[in-house]
Amino acid sequence: MASSEWSERIISVAGVELPVITAGSGKPLLVLHDELGYPGWLAWQSELSREHTLIVPMAPGFGRAPRIEWVDNTRDLAAVYARMLREQKWSDIDVIGFSFGGWVAAEMLAACPHQFRRAVLVAPGGIKAPVGELMDIFNMPAQAYLRSTVFDPASTPEFSKLYGEPNTPEQYELWEDARAEFARLAWQPYFHNPSLPHILEGIDNSQVLLIWGRQDRVVPSSVVEAYNRALAGSTVAIFDNCGHRPEVEKTDQFVSEVKGFLAA
Amino acid sequence: MHMMWFTERAYHYDPETDPEKFRLLENQILKIRSFFGTPNRFFDPEHGAKLLNQYLDEKVYTDQELLNFDGVMLNEHHGTPFCMGAVMDVEAAALAAKTKRVKIVLLGNPAATVANQLRLAEELAMIDLISGGRLVSGWVRGAGSEQFANNTNPALNRELFEEAVEFITKAWTTPGPFRYEGRRLHFRHVNPWVLPLQKPHPPYWIPGLISPDTAVWCAKNRYPYVALATKLEPTIELWEIYGQTAAREGYQAGPENFGYLQPVMVGDNQARAEELGKRLLFAGAFAHFARPEWMFPPGYNSKAATRRLAQLDTGPNTSGKPLFTGSGEESEEQIEAVKRQIYGGYPQVLKDMQMIAGTPENVIPKLKMILDVLRPGIFSFWLDGPVSAKDRKRCLELLNRDVIPALREHGKKLGLVSPFERKPGSVPLARESSYETVSDSGALSYSISFGDPA
Repeated sequence: MASSEWSERIISVAGVELPVITAGSGKPLLVLHDELGYPGWLAWQSELSREHTLIVPMAPGFGRAPRIEWVDNTRDLAAVYARMLREQKWSDIDVIGFSFGGWVAAEMLAACPHQFRRAVLVAPGGIKAPVGELMDIFNMPAQAYLRSTVFDPASTPEFSKLYGEPNTPEQYELWEDARAEFARLAWQPYFHNPSLPHILEGIDNSQVLLIWGRQDRVVPSSVVEAYNRALAGSTVAIFDNCGHRPEVEKTDQFVSEVKGFLAA
Repeated sequence: MHMMWFTERAYHYDPETDPEKFRLLENQILKIRSFFGTPNRFFDPEHGAKLLNQYLDEKVYTDQELLNFDGVMLNEHHGTPFCMGAVMDVEAAALAAKTKRVKIVLLGNPAATVANQLRLAEELAMIDLISGGRLVSGWVRGAGSEQFANNTNPALNRELFEEAVEFITKAWTTPGPFRYEGRRLHFRHVNPWVLPLQKPHPPYWIPGLISPDTAVWCAKNRYPYVALATKLEPTIELWEIYGQTAAREGYQAGPENFGYLQPVMVGDNQARAEELGKRLLFAGAFAHFARPEWMFPPGYNSKAATRRLAQLDTGPNTSGKPLFTGSGEESEEQIEAVKRQIYGGYPQVLKDMQMIAGTPENVIPKLKMILDVLRPGIFSFWLDGPVSAKDRKRCLELLNRDVIPALREHGKKLGLVSPFERKPGSVPLARESSYETVSDSGALSYSISFGDPA
């Protein structure tokens, strides 16, 4: 599969064949998708691919890629990606992770901060909310969850294009596959790893940008604050009138923040 | 045949003596379209105590020496007025001591959702000992909602279920102490002192709502499969899946491999029995057991089942929306309209024989037809819905006096042996191709009415 902007190839890692989208040119940027799997090619990717080589692996088990039987938690998955980086000899690489993908990126950073040059964590899960709760994605159907991820679906055309109803059986199946794997990895403790904030402590805070929408109903502000505390004051970009998907809700602002941070 | 009595031990109020409480509870369930998740402030412990004891007393009644019941069946659900038996083994323990004769059939213990499978093995062994070897130990994966109530990972449910049954079997049959380190379960010191009376272990029967995966697993392990009031046509198909798997395993499945649960309401007066039978539909019954997101938690279903759901859920009538969004803010008028729709469906429920209600003369031909079609060696009568203790008792009396003897005689003619009469999986099959279908779809008829020849 390919388009004029991106192509898909297979990378073997840990005994499975992972489809990986690659696009653009420039410094490599690993993109880790969210808990519902890779949504498809979007405007923000198109923009960033002008200056970066995007590498977007389909997480094993999340619908597009086969499951790795022994991957039992998010830290295991982070280790699989670390192995992929090692085997592909991808060093001096940046990462951007969304929600669950942000958690995976944080686990990788925690385990080995030098894996990445810079990291952007967009509304990341992974730390237990000191105030409020991480939304329980499993307590609602996929479509209801999706609706709650954006602040104003009606004025988010890319969201409607991606997830607007009616949905196809193929979409439903992909979401269910992704939810199943997300449950395998993060049912309990839910969407977080109690040891993560402790292991993140001491990491160079200039290495990390946190992005969060002020109206995010999935990840409470206290989680982003907890990340910020653990990292002793990394940059936090807060977007107004924005929910859990800044990349589709506030694409221009998002692209500008990320470009600026990664250019440094 | 093995014939037994089942009820969900529902929490509800009799509409004739407690109409306001009856209405309040039903409306509350309908507000969220789900028994599961009904706030427990609606539970009155005094009323619960009365009902639980009433349900236990019924089971003790069936145990009397001269009665015709062979067993009593229990199940388990959590966090729901649908079934108060949250810890079925507690009821089973009480019955083990209070009864002398009937089999105590647990359909089944949710092996994957309990916190400690070794303790479960110990509980069941004690029940088997106290009852003098009358335990039938069924196993279930647990409904989707049980994964929430017990906080067990739904995506691991099937593998955990299979490992749990394997581990408990090992704990009962392998001399201890030994160490068990499996994929999901770990026990450092396995040496349960109290072991079951029945050897090698109590029989395993598996109930289900016609999941092909479960039928295949049962057939491979030679466990009888008990279909829980499923429609007859898909049940016939499931028997085929079981039977063909059995043939591949080298044995001919027979009545001893199959059971069926049938909702009934038997009374002295046809119209009154039908009216009481209608109460099975209380609050939408199984259609509102739990909301879709609780029925089908992530990873709980097989890939094939998810594919079927994907087609259904994105079909033209639902547009990908959940069946109900659960705002809980519907008006009383809307709730009343839902009720009219639910109870308005009763004629079809009767027609489909999803409830068989009436006098013994009326229900016997229909029940015989079901035996003709499914040829089960295990048959369970199921009465539920807000029906008074007196009417429930009368149903039991009539089942005992008229219905069970008639069905037993019919079952004899059909050769419907139970798993106690013929060991499931004990009829060898020389060639897979010589497999014979167990059910008889030609006997299926929905037009049986009063006065038809039996």
